[in-house]
Amino acid sequence: MSTHSHAEEHHITSNKTYIVVWAALMVMTAITVYVSYINFGTFNIVIALVVASIKASIVALYFMHLKFEDSITWVFALFPLSLLALLIGMTITDTFTRTIVP
Amino acid sequence: MGDGSVEHSHGHHMDPAVEYSSSKLGMWLFLGTEILLFGGLFAAYAIFRAKYPEMFFEQHVELNKKMGAVNTCILIFSSLTMAMGVSAMQRGKQKVTAILILITILCGLGFGVVKYFEYSAKFHHHIYPDTSIFFSLYFLMTGLHMLHVFIGLAILAVLFVLTLKGKFTAKYNTPVEVGGLYWHLVDLIWIYLFPLLYLIG
Amino acid sequence: MANHTIAHNVYVPFLEKKGILSWILTTDHKRIGILYLISISFFFLVAGVFALLLRYELLTPASDFVQPHTYNVLFTLHGSIMVFFFIVPGLAASFGNFLIPLMIGAPDVAFPKLNLGSYWIYLLGTVIVLIALAKPADTGWTFYTPYSATTDTDVVLITLGVFVLGFSSILTGLNFIVTIHKMRAPGMTWHRLPLFIWASYATAVLQLLATPVVGITLLLLITERTLGVGFFDPAKGGDPVLFQNFFWFYSHPAVYIMIIPAMGVISEIIPVFARKPIFGYKAIAYSSLGIAFISFLVWAHHMFTSGISDIAATIFSFLTFLVAIPTAIKVFNWTATLYKGSIHLHSAMLYALAFVFLFTIGGLTGLFLGALAADIHLHDTYFVVAHMHYVMIGGTVMGFFGALHFWYPKWFGRMFNETVAKIAWFFIFIGFNVTFFPQFFLGVQGMPRRYATYPAEFESLMSLSTYGSWILGAGIIIMTVNLIAGLINGEKAPQNPYGSLSLEWQVPSPPPLENFEEIPHVTDWSYGYGKKK
Ligand code: HEM
Ligand SMILES: [Cu+2]
Repeated sequence: MSTHSHAEEHHITSNKTYIVVWAALMVMTAITVYVSYINFGTFNIVIALVVASIKASIVALYFMHLKFEDSITWVFALFPLSLLALLIGMTITDTFTRTIVP
Repeated sequence: MGDGSVEHSHGHHMDPAVEYSSSKLGMWLFLGTEILLFGGLFAAYAIFRAKYPEMFFEQHVELNKKMGAVNTCILIFSSLTMAMGVSAMQRGKQKVTAILILITILCGLGFGVVKYFEYSAKFHHHIYPDTSIFFSLYFLMTGLHMLHVFIGLAILAVLFVLTLKGKFTAKYNTPVEVGGLYWHLVDLIWIYLFPLLYLIG
Repeated sequence: MANHTIAHNVYVPFLEKKGILSWILTTDHKRIGILYLISISFFFLVAGVFALLLRYELLTPASDFVQPHTYNVLFTLHGSIMVFFFIVPGLAASFGNFLIPLMIGAPDVAFPKLNLGSYWIYLLGTVIVLIALAKPADTGWTFYTPYSATTDTDVVLITLGVFVLGFSSILTGLNFIVTIHKMRAPGMTWHRLPLFIWASYATAVLQLLATPVVGITLLLLITERTLGVGFFDPAKGGDPVLFQNFFWFYSHPAVYIMIIPAMGVISEIIPVFARKPIFGYKAIAYSSLGIAFISFLVWAHHMFTSGISDIAATIFSFLTFLVAIPTAIKVFNWTATLYKGSIHLHSAMLYALAFVFLFTIGGLTGLFLGALAADIHLHDTYFVVAHMHYVMIGGTVMGFFGALHFWYPKWFGRMFNETVAKIAWFFIFIGFNVTFFPQFFLGVQGMPRRYATYPAEFESLMSLSTYGSWILGAGIIIMTVNLIAGLINGEKAPQNPYGSLSLEWQVPSPPPLENFEEIPHVTDWSYGYGKKK
């Protein structure tokens, strides 16, 4: 037991990394705003959501340190998202395959 | 424990390493709950947006893209200062942490002020939650988000005071890190709300 | 106490401290468990009285005892209180709190203060609902739109109360997940955990991740009534079936929040009184997680007649059958554990056996309802009422009563009268079946649920069902009196009356304040019965 250190090492992210991440977030925000002025049809939605998801991922990975967490944290970070996808996916399936759309 | 800043139920002391990882896991679980709480609104958005694309398109132009963008920048910046605050505390720099948390709080308040102007402009134009499905979504999604901003601000205020009092050290800073996680969630949700409501309506 | 000199060896039972403050401010998981136990038992009895009133109205075809509106209010209150106040917090909050730290060898849950907070939030929810009783809702516990958005009874307060109760449930689940991950004693590996812990873990995941969806759904209903939001209102471009989709996204997993802990209880009781190691430990353990997972995939089987699309209905009907697999795995393993065991019919064991038998009926009739074609006929008839009571009483309540009788000596340090307990069990078992078995026939013959009156042709079966409810009520009264009498003048309980192997039986009855004098080192699972001695 004595070899087992209690003051568990945890990773401290450097400010440089944070600022790089922040700059990336700002650039991506600028991109989405810019793209919203151009009409790509449905692609506007796709672009906006993809960019938002990249932004959200790097916030989670770096600002929230998910990158350095154990697997159980990953499970509980991702599982709710799959449930959300299920809720949206199956509700949409129902709503848009009805013979009489209310 | 040494610093005695955490009291336990009936005097038994929890191993600080266990307490640290427990609190963090607990907060991640809570964030999962929060995501699914917002989930109902996201699902409603998806359905009604697919059902009434014209309505979303016509009405989203009523929203003020610039204010939305400004608020996005404010929140992202506040996430940066929060993250830096956590790292500063892990290095034991109490003063720096306090300043960074204070900046985070100011950003949160700034976000609220911008939102206040947005809402009053809407009310001025007689746009309310019952105006249309789109505006119901707008008000409920941003309203629930605003509620989370306020809760986050309350947490940050407590952390600020405790940091000033010197309750946290390089060894013991669990509340700062866990509170920070909550604040980042506020940012995460907004990252989706902004494009969904202001940009691709 | 003053005479003892070796301070750290003094055994102070957790019940020692007296005074109301020592209860409402306690962070001891065993006391919080008692607080929940008292609260849920109280609400069980209250809602049970409503049930007897409902059945009394149904004794004769006419609405001669109460008006139809009163009947609607009564079944709303009966259903809501039974579901949200009794059975959802239920075993998880009461026995979960008491047992989880003891069984995994921990001094308490991971967040003791949060645990107390959950209880207060639960109380807050009950108070809100009590206020709502000034103008009680008549929507049924499902609060379906569009009726719930338009009725002039008080829907806002009761749904707000349920929303608050949901938060209590979420925080309890969160606490238990973290506790099971982080607080296990050295040597308590996942595959040595008692099966009740596996069940509690699966339940906690559902509490954590399904409840927020009903939370937002009820909030949307509230905004519909207060702010004029129209997500569920066709006149405003909304869709009432959307409410049902959201509602059942929670409420189907919720039925597993109700039943999985009871399955855990049964897995503990059966090996002890069959004196055999549990058969198929891993299968039972992982099937709990399997059930929890699949339960997210089947919600629309409650909506086959609500106008959902044929494609969705077919997918959901198919997925519903999948739940039968992990459920049957459990039933087979319990039966295999019983096989060639030396069975001792303690009252707790009687409840466990009743569970296996009645739950199997409840589960199998669920498959009828999950089959698309059959459900078109059976939906909203008494077949559904019978099915759900076979699952909820035959399953969960039997598990709850079993747990009460099994852990009673440990929790309170006293014994109840075993003979009286067996008599009560007999009344409950007979009464339950007489009440609810006829309802399967009523349902097949087309008697719809939620009506205060019915055609004369149903009278004989309907009044039989009402007579049964009296037998059932008598049994519950006998049981309650017996358990309370045991608290007052029961014999002192030994530490381990049944020779159980799990950790909670290795500490005195009632357990000391800190559970374990020293955190135990676990070297084996707790089901090695019948090996030696
Ligand atoms: C004490 C024995 C019980 C009796 C005699 C009883 C009787 C009844 C009756 C007569 C109804 C109304 C059926 C209708 O007209 O639609 C009903 C509905 C219901 N009961 Fe019970 N019940 C009992 C226990 C329970 C328990 C223990 C639970 C759950 C834990 C429960 C949950 C429900 C629910 C959810 C409904 C549906 C209410 C609705 O239709 O909205 N009941 N029960
Ligand atoms: Cu279901």
